[in-house]
Amino acid sequence: MELRKHEERSISPAIPDEWFVPKVRDHKESEAVVRPSLSYWKDSWHRLMKNKLAMAGLFFLVLLALLAIFGPMFSPYTVETQKLTQQNLPPSSKYWFGTDDLGRDVFTRTCYGARISLFVGLMAALIDFLIGVVYGGIAGYKGGKTDNLMMRFVEILYGLPYLLVVILVMVVIGPGLTTIILALSITGWVGMARIVRGQVLQIKNYEFVLASQTFGTKTARIIRKNLLPNTMGPIIVQMTLTIPSAIFAEAFLSFIGLGIQAPHASWGVMANDGLSTILSGYWWRLFFPTLFISLTMFAFNVLGDGLQDALDPKLRR
Amino acid sequence: MNTYFIKRFVAMIITLWLIITGTFFLMHTVPGSPFDEERTTNETIQKNREAYYQLDKPLILQYGNYLAALVQGDLGPSIKKPGQTVNDLLGRGFPISFELGLFTLILAIISGIILGVVAALRHNGWIDYLAMSIAVLGISIPNFVMATVLIQQLAVNIPIFPVATWSSPKHMVLPILALATGPMAIIARLTRTSMLEVLTQDYIKTAKAKGLSPVKIVFKHALRNALLPVVTVLGSLAASILTGTFVIEKIFAIPGMGKYFVDSINSRDYSVIMGTTVFYSALLILMLFLVDLTYGLLDPRIKLHKKEAE
Repeated sequence: MELRKHEERSISPAIPDEWFVPKVRDHKESEAVVRPSLSYWKDSWHRLMKNKLAMAGLFFLVLLALLAIFGPMFSPYTVETQKLTQQNLPPSSKYWFGTDDLGRDVFTRTCYGARISLFVGLMAALIDFLIGVVYGGIAGYKGGKTDNLMMRFVEILYGLPYLLVVILVMVVIGPGLTTIILALSITGWVGMARIVRGQVLQIKNYEFVLASQTFGTKTARIIRKNLLPNTMGPIIVQMTLTIPSAIFAEAFLSFIGLGIQAPHASWGVMANDGLSTILSGYWWRLFFPTLFISLTMFAFNVLGDGLQDALDPKLRR
Repeated sequence: MNTYFIKRFVAMIITLWLIITGTFFLMHTVPGSPFDEERTTNETIQKNREAYYQLDKPLILQYGNYLAALVQGDLGPSIKKPGQTVNDLLGRGFPISFELGLFTLILAIISGIILGVVAALRHNGWIDYLAMSIAVLGISIPNFVMATVLIQQLAVNIPIFPVATWSSPKHMVLPILALATGPMAIIARLTRTSMLEVLTQDYIKTAKAKGLSPVKIVFKHALRNALLPVVTVLGSLAASILTGTFVIEKIFAIPGMGKYFVDSINSRDYSVIMGTTVFYSALLILMLFLVDLTYGLLDPRIKLHKKEAE
């Protein structure tokens, strides 16, 4: 007995037994989170980073934004510079994307087209966001009769054929950049309002909202501080999907002659101009604007898809 | 069920009325009259003209008359094309547009479903990636771009198909292809997602355990349930095809309703713009309504009136 006890105690003959102190288990410490906590946004960002296609889309959009802002600075030509001696030149080192029938540089015009497209897309998304969030937030939070009435109105607007309304407004007010954005916003916010309302309806029953209400927090503050941050995921996804549809609408309207007017350059206008010369073989006049429309739509779509997956809390690990 | 239908029907009528009213007053707030011309006309002629188009009466009366005529299906005369009514134009253009739209919808549905099913069955395989890449491209490329690419490749470079007009089946291939890619892509993506979900259900396992053939499992058990979400988007797809016909008909010089619409916009022929807008809207709203009804009938799990009662 004595021997075994001795064996057990002297783990190492070089270290005196007194040095060994039994560890007191601290409950607080064992409960502590060791790894730094990952916020919702960080987690989502990590998941988005893993989606290569979405990242490629994001990369392209950053490039496009840079091109839209700085592109025209690197070009010796302006959108309206006409050189009638240099009509319909194919792409070369002097004119990267060639020239059109008035001798204007297609590269510079494409950069300006990017400005217009991105501006229209972002503004439409922003206005949709502002109106939709306020409207949907109030309807969802108030509930009951207010919600019923507000959503009836939305339902009726939702049934309106979107592009037809836009066309109608464009005919009446007259073509132009502001009109396009206005026309897109008239019916565009409805989708956002529906999404926000659905989310708010769900979240407002959670305990933390009840806690807030018990403390006597004002409605506006509850919507702003408790409800909206928790609905940001679907809102962002909706915005990234609004942008390409707005860009498409602008290109579409400009293409049928209701959008941006000459001498301004928009991808839709350029595509329409280029279409008439397709049989003459001036392919670059059609190719570059349409390539940029398609790539931009593609980038926004894959980014939207990626965000949808990344921001879905159900997929969180 | 009945109360739901009635409620939906009333909402449909209200939407339609809003569109008509909105269009009417918008058109009349436009500065200038359709008869503003460079040469000045005789005052009596001017008055007679205005009387013919009822432009001399008070606005409310004009509105009442327009509504009354509309209920009888009369959309009024064209202002820029003398002697023709909006009904004439629609009567000529609509059958062609309808043909184009219908064939497009059929092609989009069939090819979209096939693409989606194949992608779902080969989930994460190369066929899946290929099908979904095609789908994302289809969504990203606007139809007017698609149309020009098709013309460039299949009519100019390799002259297989004629460039324009609508006279033989061969002429129809390119416009239909150009118009169908977008809707096809949307259907393919939806079918794939819902197929993937359905394939994990217990009843599919049961069907497999019973030893049913894969074909029967896919078509009879899985696809039937997977198609429900697809039905819900048919209404908005029809809308996008309809607006798509504007550009497609313009590009391919097809004498359909869309072409008249775009032409009337460019020549500011207000009565035609109004008439076509009303017609298009009615068509679209009716389609959304029908889709909702079909959806309720197809899926016995959806009890529309209960949802409405909550």
